[in-house]
Order: sequence, then C-alpha cells, then structure tokens
Amino acid sequence: MTAIPFLLLILATLAGYVLNRMAARTIRDNGARLHSMTSYHGLYSALMVLVPVLTIILLWLVLEGSVIDRMVMSGLPDGMLDGQGTGAVQLVLAEIKSISRGQIFGTPEDWKLAAAERYSALRAQADWWMIAVVAIVALAILVFARSRVSAEFRARQGVEHIVSGLMIFCSTVAIFTTIGIIVSLSFETVRFLDRVPLTEFLFGLNWEPQIPLREDQIAAEGAFGWIPVILGTIVITVVALLVAVPVGLFSAIYLNEFAPRKLRATIKPVLEILAGVPTVVYGFFAILVVAPAIRSFGQSLGVDVAPNTALAAGGVMGIMLVPFISSFADDALSAVPGALRDAALGLGATRAEMMTTVLFPAAIPGIVGGVLLAVSRAIGETMIVVMAAGLIAKMTINPLDSVTTVTVQIVTLLIGDTSFDNPKTLAAFALGMMLFLVTLMINVFALRIVRKYREAYD
Amino acid sequence: MSDITSAPGAPTPKSSTELVAASLKRRHRKEARLKWIGLGAIGVAFLMLAILVGSLVSSGWQAFTQTHVTLEVFVDPEEIPEERLPRGGFDDALGASLGRMLPEADMSQRAVRKSVERILSNGAQFKLRDMVVADPALIGKTISMRVPVSDPYDQLNKNLIDRNTPEQNRRVKDNEIAFFDALKAQGAISKPLNWALFTNADSRFPELAGLKGALAGSFWALLTCFLISFPLGIGAAIYLEEFAPKNKLSDFIEVNINNLAAVPSVVFGLLALAVFIGWFGLPRSAPFVGGLTLALMTMPTIIIATRAALKSVPPSIREAALGLGASKQQVVFQHVLPLAMPGVLTGTIIGLAQALGETAPLLLIGMNAFITSAPSSPFDSATALPTQIFIWADSPERGFVSRTSAAILILLGFLVAMNAVAIYLRQKFEKKW
Repeated sequence: MTAIPFLLLILATLAGYVLNRMAARTIRDNGARLHSMTSYHGLYSALMVLVPVLTIILLWLVLEGSVIDRMVMSGLPDGMLDGQGTGAVQLVLAEIKSISRGQIFGTPEDWKLAAAERYSALRAQADWWMIAVVAIVALAILVFARSRVSAEFRARQGVEHIVSGLMIFCSTVAIFTTIGIIVSLSFETVRFLDRVPLTEFLFGLNWEPQIPLREDQIAAEGAFGWIPVILGTIVITVVALLVAVPVGLFSAIYLNEFAPRKLRATIKPVLEILAGVPTVVYGFFAILVVAPAIRSFGQSLGVDVAPNTALAAGGVMGIMLVPFISSFADDALSAVPGALRDAALGLGATRAEMMTTVLFPAAIPGIVGGVLLAVSRAIGETMIVVMAAGLIAKMTINPLDSVTTVTVQIVTLLIGDTSFDNPKTLAAFALGMMLFLVTLMINVFALRIVRKYREAYD
Repeated sequence: MSDITSAPGAPTPKSSTELVAASLKRRHRKEARLKWIGLGAIGVAFLMLAILVGSLVSSGWQAFTQTHVTLEVFVDPEEIPEERLPRGGFDDALGASLGRMLPEADMSQRAVRKSVERILSNGAQFKLRDMVVADPALIGKTISMRVPVSDPYDQLNKNLIDRNTPEQNRRVKDNEIAFFDALKAQGAISKPLNWALFTNADSRFPELAGLKGALAGSFWALLTCFLISFPLGIGAAIYLEEFAPKNKLSDFIEVNINNLAAVPSVVFGLLALAVFIGWFGLPRSAPFVGGLTLALMTMPTIIIATRAALKSVPPSIREAALGLGASKQQVVFQHVLPLAMPGVLTGTIIGLAQALGETAPLLLIGMNAFITSAPSSPFDSATALPTQIFIWADSPERGFVSRTSAAILILLGFLVAMNAVAIYLRQKFEKKW
C-alpha cells in the first residue's frame, strides 16, 4: 500500500518533466526565443512536484502511526485504562495491533476486538486518504507548473532557487541533529531530575539503579550518584592512554624521522587497520584473549584479578587508540616548519637530539590536542567496555578490579527496558547528557588547540 | 688566548672537536636507542594486530564447517501418519534410525535412547518434517539424509573437547563418545562446509545459527543509511564549499559538523531512541531506524570528504566554465562535481564501512533482539552483523565462540572489500592537477 504514493510521486515527477519540456519545445519550434533551455522547463516542473509531495508522503508516514494509535486509544470505552501505567497501556495497544493482524491469543475482551477492527479500518482509510491527497496535490502543482511555461519564463532561475533551497536544507540537517541531541537528552534529563535531586546525581557515591518492578517487590531503593561511574570511566581511560600514548608517540617519532619512505608507506596503512576494526571486534578480542591472559598471568603471580578487569578493557581500548594518536602526532611533527629542523641539524645535533629538543617540543600543542581527542574517544567508547568491563559501580581505582563506565551503564539500562517513565531509563539519558557535555567540551577545547597551533606555523 | 691562561703543568685542554668526538659515541647510542624504541612501538602495534587476527582466525575457521551425520531414515507410517501432517514423531524416526546404526546401544533404555537422540541437532527433525510435508509420498519409504549433529558432538569431532579431561568435567560422557566413534567408524560422519552459517537466521542452537538475518538487516540498514546520508551530505557539502556566504551561520554549521563527527556513537543511539522511537513512534529493532541513525553519523564523514574533493578541483575549471557563460550552479553541477566524484565516492564508501561496523547505537534501538527469521523489508525486526556478533559473544554455549569469530571474520571481510573498492576508486580515477 505504501508503494502506491511513491509510484504516484515518480509518475507525477516524470509527467511534469515531459509535459513542460514538450510545451517549451513547441514554443521554441514556433519560432519564439526561450529564456531557458527546454530541459530547465522540464526540471522546474519535476522539482516543483517532487519536493512538496515527497515532504507530504514522508511526514504522513512518520506521523500516521502515532496519530492512529492515539485515535484508537482515545476511542476506547471509558474507564478501561484508568490508573494504568504507560507500560500497561502500551501492552494493550500492542495486543490490539496484533489482533488486527489476525494473531489472536486466548479470548480477548470485546472492547479489544472492537478497537482492533477500528484500528484496521483507520489504517485502510489513512492509506486511501494519503493516496487521494498525494494525487490531488501533485495534479494541482502539475497544472500550475504547466501554466507557467512561456518564452519569457525564467525556468533556470526557478530551478536554481529550488536547488539552493534544498542544499541549504541539507546543511541545516547537521544543526537539527545537534538540536535533536540536546533537546531529547535535556528533556529526559529534566524528567530524571524531577525524581532524583541534582546534588544526589552529581555528588552521590552510590550507583545502584535497581528499581523494584512491582509494588511488593523487596529491592534496593535505587541510588543514582554518578561519582563511582565516572571514576570507573576515568580508570579505564587512564589505562587506555597509558598504552596508547607511548606506543602512538614513539611510532609517530619513528615514522616521521627515521623510517625510510618505503617502510613508512607500508607501516602507515597497516596501523590504520587498527583504527578501522569495529569496536565490537575489540570487545570480543578482550574477552576471548586479553582478559583470560591477564587473569592467568595475575594468578601465576598470586594476584587476585577480576574476570572483567579494567586492565583488559582499557588495554584493548589503548590498542584501538594507537593509530589515532600516532597519526595526530605525525601530523603535528610534520607541521613544524622545516627551518627549525634544518637549523638544529646544522648546529650539529643528531637526529635524535633534534627530535627530542626541537621538533617534539615545538609539536607538543598539536600532540596534546590529539591526545585530548583520544581521551574523548575513550570516554565515549562503548562496545569494548560493554563487553569487557563490569556492570557494578565500585569506588575503586584499582585497575585489576572490575569497574563500570558511563557508556556501559547507558547501554545496560536501556537494553530491553522500554518505558520512558522509569527512573532507570531516564538515568541513562542523564548519563548520556553528561557524556555528551564532557566529550563536547573536550572536543571543542582540543580542536581549538589544534587549530590555533596550525595557524601559528602557517 | 689559551696559551696565555693555561698554566704550565696543567693538562692541555681538549679542542672542541675532540670533545665532540668523545661524546659522539654516546650520542649515537642515544639516537639508536630512540630509533629502536620507535621500532619497538610499531612492533607492539603490529604484534597486537597479528594476535587479534590470529586469534580470530584460529577460533573462527572451525565454524565454517559443520559436522553432519548421514542417516537412513525409515519414515514409519505408524509414527508419521499422513493425515496428521505436519505433526508426527519425526524425532522418534530419526532416533530409531540412529539406533539401528548403533547395535551396542540398548534403545529400550530410556536414558540410552535419550543420549543417542541427543547426538542429532534439534533442527534435524524439522528438516525431516519439511521433506515429508513437501512430498508425503515419502511416508513408508527409507530415505537417506544428512543432518547436522548437535553442538557438543560438533566440538568433539573438531577436537575442541579434550577426551582426556575427567568425565564429570566433560560435556559428552564416555558412552556418548563411544556412540559417536562407532558412527564415525561406519563413515556416517562428515564435515562439509557450513552453509547454514549463511542460509539460516539466528537460533538458540549453535549448529543451526546463521547470519542470514543479520546480513539482511545490515543490508537494509546500510541501504537506508546510504539513501539518506549520500544526497544530504553532498548537498550540504556543495552548499558550504561553493555557495555559503562567509557569515556566522555558515561558521556555526561548520563547527556543528566537526563536533558531530566526534560525538560518541552511543549518544546517537539515545537520540534515535528518544526521537525516532519515542516521539515519531517508528518500530523498534527495525533496520530502517538503524539506517536513519547511522545516516546521521555518516553524514559528517561524507560532508568532510566531499568538501575536500571539491576543494581539490582547480579554479581554472570553474573560471573556464564561468567564462563561457555558465551559471554558478551549472559550473558546480556540470563540471566541478563530476570531477570531484571519485573523491566523494571514496569518502562515502569509507563512511559506510564505518557505519557497517557500528554497534552501540543499534543496541539502543533494539537491534539486538533474538529474531529467528530474516527481515523482508527495512521495517521488520532484525539484527545487524555487529549486533549479532554481540549477541553471540554473550551466549553461553561453547559453539557460539567459534561462530562469533566466524561472524567477525565475515564482517572484517566486508570491511576489507569496501575499503579495497575505495582505494581502487581513488587510485584509478583521482586526478592530480
């Protein structure tokens, strides 16, 4: 059914193109001088149809579902949903939908059957309405566009206007995405802060997001202090940097100064492979190889190592970050003007001395920027820690212990659970908000350092 | 000067050449040390890459074959009467045929019968059922069929279970090993290529689990991602690079795009969950929603690559076209963009390759559900390749370890292929001006 409007859209677009182009051609063949080429007349009509009608179809498809849901639910007999939580209402809706698809389990109440019938009827009606609306709008635009064809009509300008509008729309999508992130996160965060005071969230030392599922269930009250979570994130980030920074920096120094050109040309792409490996693969690598290796090594020394130690997750994350840091450092070293290098070598410094006393200090701002970007990567990295780090928040900085991170908590709080009014779900959004803010600040700061430094030498 | 100040008897001061010469050895040693540390660092990175790939290959290659057993199944009309199809005692028919091949097993004992039947995969009876339902004339006949064995026996056959471990620590007991060895001695056991890995969707049983659903889900998600991010990204890039006035708004858009490229992927998942699923009411677990989310993440990559490609087209092309009377848009769309296309495509493919490996946002929109059928449209529930890897990595059954590695090898294969295409495009079509 949804294919028909799209088919209509394509037909109308083609028809617009052909009709207007033919009309323009007739005018030209009759001896008039056209302002625009005939293909622009065709394109004008095609775009005039395509843009609004496509917008209508997409909006319709996006909104249809929730509008029909609302109509069905408000059409239910009074008192059926009184005092029920959102979860229960969602369940009723899902049941009505599955009945309307013909999947009936047990014997549903009569009002549900009636609602299902109403649902199917509304859906069918909505489909027909959409086809009708699309056909009428397309036809009206076709007639309008056709009526504008004349020798003087500036079709090319018209087309270019529409195209510029489209391009401006495309570039604002990035803004809308950012706005969407900020609005959706803050919306849920505010709802979270209604239930949990801000001071408890920011300064609480306990993170136990277990909420009783039923009224009578005996469970912890649930504590939402994010300090232990952020502490775990910091531990893993530090471990990752302890691996990535030395390895990355020394690789960059070697590649930049000592490696023969041919060797460099092969080493660099191979290092980049490390950056291209999906993080879920690193996560599996951590649980399959690294964590057991660390554990058995620890046991051979008589040290007690947790099965999901921060060391394994952080170490593997460090490997992932090596190419990131090495390419940033390489760029920073290359950006130092050749004159500084030549001067140091001319004064008799060895290449190592030139590197450690001149080139490297001069490149430090750029390198720091790269390391900061790596920090923000490490904080935001999800799959490695979800698979290899722990779930329980502990106030510890022992890398051999199991710690949890912000991203782990976001994922575990949201997997499976769906209702949007649960403090657990909202807590995930609050954590997401903090994650977004922290990484955003680091990114802005780091990009500013990198840019400033580049300008200083340009 | 020195001959005046130097007192007689004092050691003659060394010339600076001598001083340098004396320290030269130490300094060269230092240089060599720095060089070796650098090489060592690269060596560490390479070693890690080698261990990563090596461990995946060594645990994953086993999953590309699957142990099967060839059976002569008598489709007993007593057990499987035609009028009751598609119901019937298919498992009993299979068990009986195994029993006939194992004369030493006392099939009248319930425990023995159970352990013999456990050799076969749970999917074997459904395979037989489908054959019989498709052709009811088979009832009453003896058919020869090859069915997968269950996971423990597959592991046994691949020598992944050590026969020397004490019996109570082993998943297959001594008598069960004896049954299996008897079957093997009769030549009934074979280890063909594991096509089920590609033709089956997910399953609770490792020997039946496959990637069809995940591959289809990833396909739909990537298709959606491409259809949305490619036009939007190119449009935005052209506007920003060629038309945008230099003002606050375009600066703001630029900063925005650069920041979006660095926002953690899990945040995009939160956005998708709250906006696409929560507010727009789009279905959970649908590849379409996954594709939308991935499109938002891929767009900055495409924009940045397209802008770089547009920038590299020399101004002489633009000036020539403008001089011949083309409008600014004609210049861009008819001359600059076609010349920049190889760079744009390279960037797009690299962006899509990143999107293919992206996991976290897909987890949040529910593409980690257990779904046993492949999606037929982008709106059906599905998993994707990376989320399937995550699900399997979390599964307790031993057989899923090698399958996870195999799935990762397949994912990496796709990534390598996509990047190879991108590199080929770059080298073949990119012009140096």
